[in-house]
Amino acid sequence: MDDIKVKINDLTLHYGTNPALKNINMEIPEKMVTAFIGPSGCGKSTFLRTLNRMNDLIDNVKIDGEVIIDGLNIYNKDIDVVNLRKKVGMIFQKSNPFAKSVYDNVAFGPRINGISQRNKLDEIVEYSLKQAAIWDEVKGRLHNSALSLSGGQQQRLCIARTLAVNPDIILMDEPASALDPISTSKIEELIHELKQQYTIIIVTHNMQQAARTSDFTAFFYLGELVEFNKTEVMFSNPAKRQTEDYISGRFG
Amino acid sequence: MNRNLKDKMVESLTGISVLLIIFIIVSILAVTIAGGWPNLNWTFLSEFPKDGMTKGGIFPAIVGTAVMTLIMAVAAVPFGVITAIYLAEYASEKSVIAKSIRFAVKTLAVVPSIIFGLFGLGFFIGFIGKNIDGIFNGGELKWGQPNILWASLTMALLTLPVVIVSVEEAIRTIPADMREASLALGATKWQTIRKVVIPGSVSGILTGTILAISRGAGEVAPILFTGAAYFLSDLPHSLSDQFMSLGYHIYIMSTQSSNVDATLPIQFATTLVLLLLTFSLNGIAVTLRYRIRKRAK
Amino acid sequence: MDSKLERSMNKELKSAKEVVSFNKRKFRFSDWFAEKVIKTVAFLSIAVVILIFIFVFREAFPIFKMDKNEAVSTELLVQESYGGAETANEPVKTTDTQVDNSNKVQTTGEKPSSTLFSKTWMPVSDNPRYGIWPLFLGTLKVTIISLLFAAPISILAAIYTAMFAKPRIREVIKPVIELLAGFPSVVIGFFALMVMATVFQSIFGYASRLNAFVGGIAMGLAAIPIIYTLTEDALTAVPRTYTEASLGLGASRRQTAFYVVLPAAVPGIFAAVVLGIGRIFGETMIALMATGNAAMISINPFDSVRTLSATIGAEMAEVVFGDTHYSVLFLIGSLLFIFTFALNALAEFYFRNLVIRRYQSKK
Ligand SMILES: Nc1ncnc2c1ncn2[C@@H]1O[C@H](COP(=O)(O)OP(=O)(O)OP(=O)(O)O)[C@@H](O)[C@H]1O
Ligand SMILES: [Mg+2]
Repeated sequence: MDDIKVKINDLTLHYGTNPALKNINMEIPEKMVTAFIGPSGCGKSTFLRTLNRMNDLIDNVKIDGEVIIDGLNIYNKDIDVVNLRKKVGMIFQKSNPFAKSVYDNVAFGPRINGISQRNKLDEIVEYSLKQAAIWDEVKGRLHNSALSLSGGQQQRLCIARTLAVNPDIILMDEPASALDPISTSKIEELIHELKQQYTIIIVTHNMQQAARTSDFTAFFYLGELVEFNKTEVMFSNPAKRQTEDYISGRFG
Repeated sequence: MNRNLKDKMVESLTGISVLLIIFIIVSILAVTIAGGWPNLNWTFLSEFPKDGMTKGGIFPAIVGTAVMTLIMAVAAVPFGVITAIYLAEYASEKSVIAKSIRFAVKTLAVVPSIIFGLFGLGFFIGFIGKNIDGIFNGGELKWGQPNILWASLTMALLTLPVVIVSVEEAIRTIPADMREASLALGATKWQTIRKVVIPGSVSGILTGTILAISRGAGEVAPILFTGAAYFLSDLPHSLSDQFMSLGYHIYIMSTQSSNVDATLPIQFATTLVLLLLTFSLNGIAVTLRYRIRKRAK
Repeated sequence: MDSKLERSMNKELKSAKEVVSFNKRKFRFSDWFAEKVIKTVAFLSIAVVILIFIFVFREAFPIFKMDKNEAVSTELLVQESYGGAETANEPVKTTDTQVDNSNKVQTTGEKPSSTLFSKTWMPVSDNPRYGIWPLFLGTLKVTIISLLFAAPISILAAIYTAMFAKPRIREVIKPVIELLAGFPSVVIGFFALMVMATVFQSIFGYASRLNAFVGGIAMGLAAIPIIYTLTEDALTAVPRTYTEASLGLGASRRQTAFYVVLPAAVPGIFAAVVLGIGRIFGETMIALMATGNAAMISINPFDSVRTLSATIGAEMAEVVFGDTHYSVLFLIGSLLFIFTFALNALAEFYFRNLVIRRYQSKK
């Protein structure tokens, strides 16, 4: 099998006393697209957010088990969460550009990393926007407000902003669920491009999207990982009845 | 009694209460404007009082109020903003510390303003000022007496809750996903506060500052014995000088002067100036706040 | 993508990649420092409350010490320094002297603190007496008058705003009434002095122009926005389902307001009134300007009164730093502080918990 980028061992998560993730074991391969699917409320977002420790921001979350990235358990006591998040970037369901210019949005990450020379920033901004396939659309208005872009452009801007920090892993939580079909297909193409360089994990409700974009698919149900396999196998010949029912749209 | 009739009567009674309050507000405004407007002109605003304060203008009182509230804002705003940041960004809702700070802020908001005056007298003048004089001035009285600095600082404590409440409200309207976006890019908490939270709450900070200035301009009790003076022939030149203030001027002219009737026009005009000042400041603040709340929805 | 840029970027990124490792927690000075500063500064509010406690009490404390040493003699030195602080209203002067005369007879050489509970406030005389009863009872009288005026009118107005007014009218009423909160108290005091005193005198025909009644109503104006706003909040916080259920059962708006919403909001309204009391109790400028400032015990609402806070405001500027009179004024300040602190604590903890419990239990 391919190289493993993220290894999850016996991961359990509670919100207060409610278990949201139960005993998850999983190996996510490097430079591949892994899709998380499952009915609403089954814990996909929760799981995704354990991978860059975004859940730390919520009170009352209790996490047991291990998430090993590049051989390090990110729940170790002396892990540097700030640097971890630079390595594991995240794209949210609702695009959330800052109320700043396009340029300042992309330059945000480099700047907090101490890069301040104008030409260097220019280069990174241009490169990231090109990587996110939005350069041609915004190069004429880099200094306009990011909020003036269309929804799809905003989401690709958010991707560019994440790329500018140069992560290894990119987590995407339903990145296209709020977008029209054309914008969605642009994002999907982009994901295809990006997996040359990045390990991508994407949550989606759209079965076609999972089938089209991902190499591996994981199906979650009620906080448990029901099945995890190559996407072709999952969609053609699922091992579990629940998976088959879900994929074929019989529930959820 | 017929239910419909009773409904009507009760509803009218509540409605009348509203009208009565509005009537009072309108009366105060009308009386002040009617009494003050004829005497309100440029000379009145730009001249010193003359002839034992029976003639002339209120220039030093305007300047004194402006300078006092400015020093007050310089002291209150940074502390207020930082406290608000603590409450909104660092404290967990349930922590004892956060609860104590909140309670302290509420206490400061309800402590009578005269108590702040006493505190200013006992602490700033009697303790800090006296000690500064003892240590640096060889006991010569300079800081151990009322002045504009102590009055401003006293007023700053009084207006601290105003700033804290406005800024915290504004910070809380910043959507969580803005913070998440920043943190997910590997920004530290402080970087997130500096680059996302503070820029996003500028209008709240402005609102708090304006409300504090408006409140400070109108309060008299805290400066009664911490720095305000009846009459000064000169503007304050240093922080250790006393100052004249609009509110104090109204109080003195209407209750302590030997010929209250002769100075009525001055009293009304001064009241009108103070009212216009606090109203326009409040008006700006309310508009800003309204815009912040709209953003929250 | 143009390859030159890509190559140079790859070099750039590679070097960046080496920097970013998360195996060891990094110490970041600016974060550490900012957090320390923020946490320290946040304590300022607590520190100020404690300092107010300490310094107001500290200045009041000598009065008990003087007691032990019987150090009364210094009083004689300061009697002349007082005097200018009385307000210029003639009726007040007469009542003041009346009080003075009636008490001069019985007092000689008492310890300052033992006069605290006497019935005479006469701080400037050969035998100063610091009886705070007339001040306390006067404050109580004004507060009751004030509350009898402000509480019903504010609560009724709040009921109208929350229950009967159409949304568009509501949007207007609320900010207009809240305008009243923006009136400096010296402006309200001035209005009371110039207009209300005259108007009320012509209606009721009482003797002294400035009195507890005028002062009470004027101070009520300062309390109205507080009671109104908090009551309105309490009423609108009552879950909609209550209202809808009641209206659905065929109750009228009035019945719903008084039998369903109002009872549910009672703790919140109490808290509003309690905070209103605190405001009235501590109000200084209006009291100074509109109550007449005569320290006498009477239950006639049309007699002049001298409130606790007005006494501080009028006399503090004239006393000698550190003498008995000074300490007594601080003692009065301490009483005011404790009282408002207690009211705030009551509103905050007792009534708020009641509100919370009420809605939780009925959920
Ligand atoms: N902050 C939170 N506090 C408490 N419970 C939460 C929190 N966030 C999520 N949950 C609960 O955890 C469970 C999993 O939620 P999660 O958002 O991960 O589901 P999801 O699979 O992403 O759903 P969707 O497809 O609707 O986005 C749900 O039952 C949800 O109610
Ligand atoms: Mg989700």
